Amino acid sequence: MIHSPYIRKPASVQRVMGLVLLALLPGIAAYAHTVGAGILVNLGIATCTALAAEALVLALRKRPVAIALSDLSAVLSAWLVVLCFPPIAPWWLTMLGVTVAIVIAKQLYGGLGQNPFNPAMVAYCAMIVAYPALMSQWPPAGGMDFGTQLGLILGGARDIDGLTGATALDALRTGLHAGAGPVDVLRQGPAFGFLGGSGWEWIALGYLAGGLFLLAARVITWHMPAAFIATLSLVSGLFWLVDPARFASPLFHLASGGAMLAAFFIVTDPVSGATTPRGKLIFAAGVALVAWTIRNFGAYPEGIAFGVLLMNLCVPLIDMKTQPRVFGHRGGRR
Amino acid sequence: MIARLFKFHGGVAPEGHKDESAGTPIRRAPLPSRLVVPLRQSPRTTARCCVEVGQKVLKGQRIGEAEGGFGTAVHAPTSGTVVDFAPYPMAHPSGLPTRCVVIEPDGEERWIERTPFDIDAAGRDAALAWLRDCGVVGLGGAAFPSHVKLGSSGGVDTLILNGAECEPWITCDDRLMRERAAEVLAGARILFRLIGARELLIGIEDNKPEAIAAMRAAARDAGDEASILPVPALYPMGGEKQLIRALTGIEIPYGRFGAEYGVQCFNVGTAHAAWRAIVHGEPLVDRIVTLTGNVAHAGNWEVLIGTPIDELLALAGPAADTDRWLMGGPMMGFALPRLDVPVIKACNCIIAASPTLMPPPPPEQPCIRCGECARACPAELQPFELYWFSRARNFDKARDYHLFDCIECGCCAYVCPSHIPLVDYYRFAKSEIVARERDRNAADQARERFEFRNFRQDREKEEKAARFAAKAAETRARAAGEATAETPAAGAPAAASPGDAADKKKALIAAALARAQAQKAAAAAHDTEDPAP
Ligand code: SF4
Ligand code: SF4
Repeated sequence: MIHSPYIRKPASVQRVMGLVLLALLPGIAAYAHTVGAGILVNLGIATCTALAAEALVLALRKRPVAIALSDLSAVLSAWLVVLCFPPIAPWWLTMLGVTVAIVIAKQLYGGLGQNPFNPAMVAYCAMIVAYPALMSQWPPAGGMDFGTQLGLILGGARDIDGLTGATALDALRTGLHAGAGPVDVLRQGPAFGFLGGSGWEWIALGYLAGGLFLLAARVITWHMPAAFIATLSLVSGLFWLVDPARFASPLFHLASGGAMLAAFFIVTDPVSGATTPRGKLIFAAGVALVAWTIRNFGAYPEGIAFGVLLMNLCVPLIDMKTQPRVFGHRGGRR
Repeated sequence: MIARLFKFHGGVAPEGHKDESAGTPIRRAPLPSRLVVPLRQSPRTTARCCVEVGQKVLKGQRIGEAEGGFGTAVHAPTSGTVVDFAPYPMAHPSGLPTRCVVIEPDGEERWIERTPFDIDAAGRDAALAWLRDCGVVGLGGAAFPSHVKLGSSGGVDTLILNGAECEPWITCDDRLMRERAAEVLAGARILFRLIGARELLIGIEDNKPEAIAAMRAAARDAGDEASILPVPALYPMGGEKQLIRALTGIEIPYGRFGAEYGVQCFNVGTAHAAWRAIVHGEPLVDRIVTLTGNVAHAGNWEVLIGTPIDELLALAGPAADTDRWLMGGPMMGFALPRLDVPVIKACNCIIAASPTLMPPPPPEQPCIRCGECARACPAELQPFELYWFSRARNFDKARDYHLFDCIECGCCAYVCPSHIPLVDYYRFAKSEIVARERDRNAADQARERFEFRNFRQDREKEEKAARFAAKAAETRARAAGEATAETPAAGAPAAASPGDAADKKKALIAAALARAQAQKAAAAAHDTEDPAP
């Protein structure tokens, strides 16, 4: 027998995920326009891979496939993977990354709602460790024509001449330390962050617009984006003021597309993130701190993914320590 | 008087569906063929039957005497003949039967002699007893005895009249305020006086402008200074604690009562019933019931307590696709397991539900920890944490996260995008905890009894041994005395023996007690489930 409440708000997981996908569209459009349409090809590949992988695992686990596929959560994970990867990542790298996200990071932990780590970030970290070269090849700042991109995505042989990412990669391989010459190169080069360097501001603006839409639609709350952006600005601003030659400005850190994507779409992943209001602030601030530190002092160009995974580990503790007060306890608020 | 309103956390705003039934005046339901009046009023109290089968009764005649501190009297809702006194099924999710007096109406509606009650002459205590004997209980849905609420005299400054009526579909309080505002206000003033309050606040949701206007007009006409305060239409505004919070800013935690914080809250229907009891000497024998939902003629009816619900439903003309009947609102009510049950004092609304009106929820999906439920929870809980703990049968954790502060309002389940029947999990966890508590208490008692018995048996054994020893020594001494000349030393063992035995006995008792204590301590250490919140 069904018990009260007998009425329900017309809400669904599908609607939540659908709104997030919708909110990604401005950023994706800017991406395709600025960098090239190659990203769309990879998005397509990723979407199909995600659905196929999810269906397969669910079938093996003997779970209803149709409902799970229609909740769009796999599609969202796939899109986030692609948006973190270089747009010219070869097809198999995209497929591999998405498979890691769906099968290992999500389904092996029990599927939707059970994964302690952000699937897209797991995929990013796994791939950057396994294929650091490919994961660091970004098209040059001025964009790249579609034909070349398509060739890189679908073709086997890769001619990476003229890809500034190679420079950054060399720097990484030799072991990057703050203050060394390559930082400047890296800072200017597109290998910084998920994206980076000049010419990517439009994409950041696109993500920002989508993020504001999610806030307005009450899909996410202000806590995470605000804490992430504030912390990143604060810490980078502080160091930049002290030593502008060594450290990049806050604006640079924020305008790198990865930061806005992370602020509104990645740290805000509800499943693997903190849930209490104060916990969300701590979580997002932690991600920003780790991200900035790795960006400046770490061995990898991107720190956000590691920051997210690290903070994912802390979520149970954060949630436990930040339980909000309960009605009536601690007296009335006047 | 300008009053500032306070916000409470969370809440939801489902579609009101008030218009269906709010438009038509209250009508008097026709006399049913028979009335089944339950004597059991709450899990705690049952009135004592004071009529016999075959006896003629008048309308308002007492048929059940109040028993115990929480008991209230029960009355014949109309004049007629008592035809049965037996268990009948009840309007309760379980449908379990309880003892009822069945009355066959004679159709004359002849009242007992009704004498107004003079509070000035009789005093407060007598007035409370009068309300108890008139069967006045809370008509908002909880049916809590009013004299008990009023009994906590002293320290209550603020009396709140609850006209929020926040559940969708229900309009009985709305209609009552529109049509009988003066009486409601006068009743509120009676309660106000009995409790010794200094301030009367009347909270009405702002989706009932007519009721607000009517109450304001009544206050103006009576020169009454009560503050009639429109509050936002936000479910569960009508929850007692939520309304108190909204009007005064005071938060009353789980397990505490308003009186401890200087406020008390009564439903508008209760005020009206108190007015009738004091001013007209009429006991509570009827109430207003909203009949609405999937029906042709939605509206409010004045219904005699004990009216079989199936007879009542015919008045509304249910549509053919009606598949369930809900008692109460859609957020906190329950589906009636059967319809041959009587209207009780707590029954404010009956809703015909159909698959189109209240479709079954879509299949449950996993929790995505989106936190929607936490944002909607008026108790400021983390419902999804409670859900994870309840589901994992981790009841201690659920209790740590304040499971018992949950008021089962349903806001969390209402908003959950994964369509998880969250409240079901809480009900389950609560009942499991309560059951375990009961088992443990029983086990504790059994253990104590067992320990005491062991202790007693040991003690008796020791005493017996001591007695034997003493006797043996005595015999020996006597034998020795007979054999030899009496020496002072000869008596010594005999004298020492009982002393030794007494010491030994004491030591044994102490040891047994220490053992019992240690066992209890060990049990307590295992026991992470103290009842203390
Ligand atoms: S609303 Fe539902 S899905 Fe969201 S956190 Fe609460 S229980 Fe989980
Ligand atoms: S049912 Fe309980 S947990 Fe859910 S919203 Fe109401 S008080 Fe909160």
